[in-house]
Amino acid sequence: MSETILTIKNLNKNYGSLQAVNNLSFTIEKGNVYGILGPNGSGKSTTLGIVLNVVNKSSGEFSWFNNTISTHDALKRVGAIIEHPNFYPYMSAYDNLKLVCKIKGIPTTAIIEKLELVGLIDRKDSKFRAFSLGMKQRLAIASALLNDPEILILDEPTNGLDPQGIHQIRELITEIAAKGTTILLASHLLDEVEKVCSHAVILRNGVKIYEGRVDELIASKGYFELNTTKKSELLAFLNTHQAFGTIKEEEGKIVAILNEELSPEELSKILVEKGIFLSHLVKRKESLENQFLKLTKKQV
Amino acid sequence: MKRLLQIEFQKLWLNKLSRFLILAYFFLLTSIALVAAIKFDIGPIKFYLAEQGIFNFPYIWHFNAFVASFFKLFLAIIIISMIANEYSNRTLKQNLIDGLSKKEFIYSKFLMVVLFSILSTVFVFLISLILGLVYSNYTEFGIIFSDLEFILAYFVKHIGFFSFCLFIGMLIKRSAFALGFLVIWNFIEWIIYGLIFWNTGKESTIPDTILSFFPFRAMSNLINEPISRLSAVKAVANQVGESLSYDYAVHWYEIVIVIIWTFLFIYGSYRLLLKRDL
Repeated sequence: MSETILTIKNLNKNYGSLQAVNNLSFTIEKGNVYGILGPNGSGKSTTLGIVLNVVNKSSGEFSWFNNTISTHDALKRVGAIIEHPNFYPYMSAYDNLKLVCKIKGIPTTAIIEKLELVGLIDRKDSKFRAFSLGMKQRLAIASALLNDPEILILDEPTNGLDPQGIHQIRELITEIAAKGTTILLASHLLDEVEKVCSHAVILRNGVKIYEGRVDELIASKGYFELNTTKKSELLAFLNTHQAFGTIKEEEGKIVAILNEELSPEELSKILVEKGIFLSHLVKRKESLENQFLKLTKKQV
Repeated sequence: MKRLLQIEFQKLWLNKLSRFLILAYFFLLTSIALVAAIKFDIGPIKFYLAEQGIFNFPYIWHFNAFVASFFKLFLAIIIISMIANEYSNRTLKQNLIDGLSKKEFIYSKFLMVVLFSILSTVFVFLISLILGLVYSNYTEFGIIFSDLEFILAYFVKHIGFFSFCLFIGMLIKRSAFALGFLVIWNFIEWIIYGLIFWNTGKESTIPDTILSFFPFRAMSNLINEPISRLSAVKAVANQVGESLSYDYAVHWYEIVIVIIWTFLFIYGSYRLLLKRDL
C-alpha cells in the first residue's frame, strides 16, 4: 500500500484571461521520483507555487499528506527549491540555514552534515552574497534537505548553471533519490527527467497531456530502421509479422515500431531465410525527447 | 511567539544597517538628556535650559514624549526596509515555502513593531524619570507619577506609526518608494486640510475635526506640542497681548482613532499578503 504525499484535484489558475493551469489533477505517491515536464510557460512553476503556498489557486483543490495537516505545517516536512536560491545576502551560509531550522521548528544539529553533503562546509561562514550561482544552488539543496524531507521539490534546479554545476546538481539528486526520498522535479530538460525520474507528468498550456511511468512513455520495445532493395517484399513481410506494429517510410527508410521484443540478430536471420538482404539495420529506443515533442505537438 | 521573535531578531541583528540604525536610535534618545547641558552665558543674557522648568514633573513627561518621537524616523526606516528586503531578496517567498504561514509572517513583523514601541517607551520613561529626579523642582511621589498618560500616548503613537510603515512596506515593496510615500502622505493630509479650510472659512473647526481622523494627524494629536505650556513662553505671549490657551490633553478618542488605524494597517497588510501571488 503506497502512501499518498500530494493530491491535486481539478486545479485551475487564471492570470486575467490567461489560464496558466487548466483543470489539473495528479497524485504523488511516496518513494517515486516524479518529473513535471513541459515547455516554458506550460504551468509547471505555477502548479508548484500553488502547492507551496506562494501562489493563490483560482479554483480546485490540493491536499498534502491526505489532508491531515494545514499547508504551512505540511511544508515543514517538505524541502523545496524554486527557480532562484533565495536567501538573506548579508547572512553567512550557516546563519541562513539556522534561520530555516527555526522556521521549520527543527534543531540546528543537521546543518553541518548537510553542508558537508553539498560540499560547502569550507564556506559555511562566508556571506551568501559572495557565493557563485552553483554554490547558491547547492546551499538551497542543503537547506531543502535540513528536515530530511518526505518529499523534495525542485523547480529547474540546473537553470543557469555551467556544465560542471549541472553535473554536480544531478549527481546530488541521483544520490538523494537513491536514498528513497520522494522527488518532484520540474524541468524542461528532458534528458534530466529521463535520467532521474521514474514517473512523469507532462503539461502543455496548463493542461495535463500525460501521466504515468517514464518507461511506458518511452515505448520501451523500441523500433527498427531498415532499408533494402526489395522494399515491397520487406513491407509485405513486416505487415504480416506479429512483432511489428506501425510501419511507415521516413526519409527513404522503413521504420517499424515493435510491439514485442525482437533482437536485430533474430530479425536479420529471419530476413536472410526469406531472401531479403538489408542495406541498413538499426534498432533504436524512442527517446523521451521525440515522445515529448510528439505529445506536445499533437494537441494544438 | 518566542520562535517568531527569534526569527525576526536574527533577520534584523545580522543586518549591519539595521543594527546601526537601532543603536543610533537609542543613542539619540539618550542624547535628549544632553539638552540639560544647554547653557548660554553671553554677557548680560544668561540662559540655562534646565532651569526653565522643562524638567519639572509632570511637565517632563509631555516634553520628552514630544521630543523623543522625532527620532522615530530611524525605526521607520528599519521597519520599511525589513519588509521591503523580504520582497527584494525573495526571502518572503522562501519563508512561506519553508513552512511559515502568511499569518505568522505578518504576526512576526507586528511583534517587532510592538517590541520597538515598548523598548522606546520604556527608554523614554526611564530617561525622563532620571532627568526629572535630577532637575525637577517638585519630587513628591504624587506629582512624579501624574500625567503619565503622555507615556501611554507615546506608546500608542509609535505602534500606530510603525504599523503604518509596515503597511506601506507591504503595499509598495521598495524601501525608497515607501519612505517617499510616507513623506508624500504627510503632504496629502496637509493639502486635504487646506482644501477643507478654504471651503469652510477661518472660524470653523470642521477642518481640524475631519483631519483628526487621518492617520498622521491622529498620531500627532496624541501628543500636542508642549512649548506653549512653558511659563516663560506664556509670559512672553502675555506681554504681546496673546493668551495661549489650548487643549494639550490626551483624549481617549484620540487613542481610539490611532488604535483603529493600527488594526486597519495590520489587517490590511495581512489581506495584501493573502491576495498576492509571490
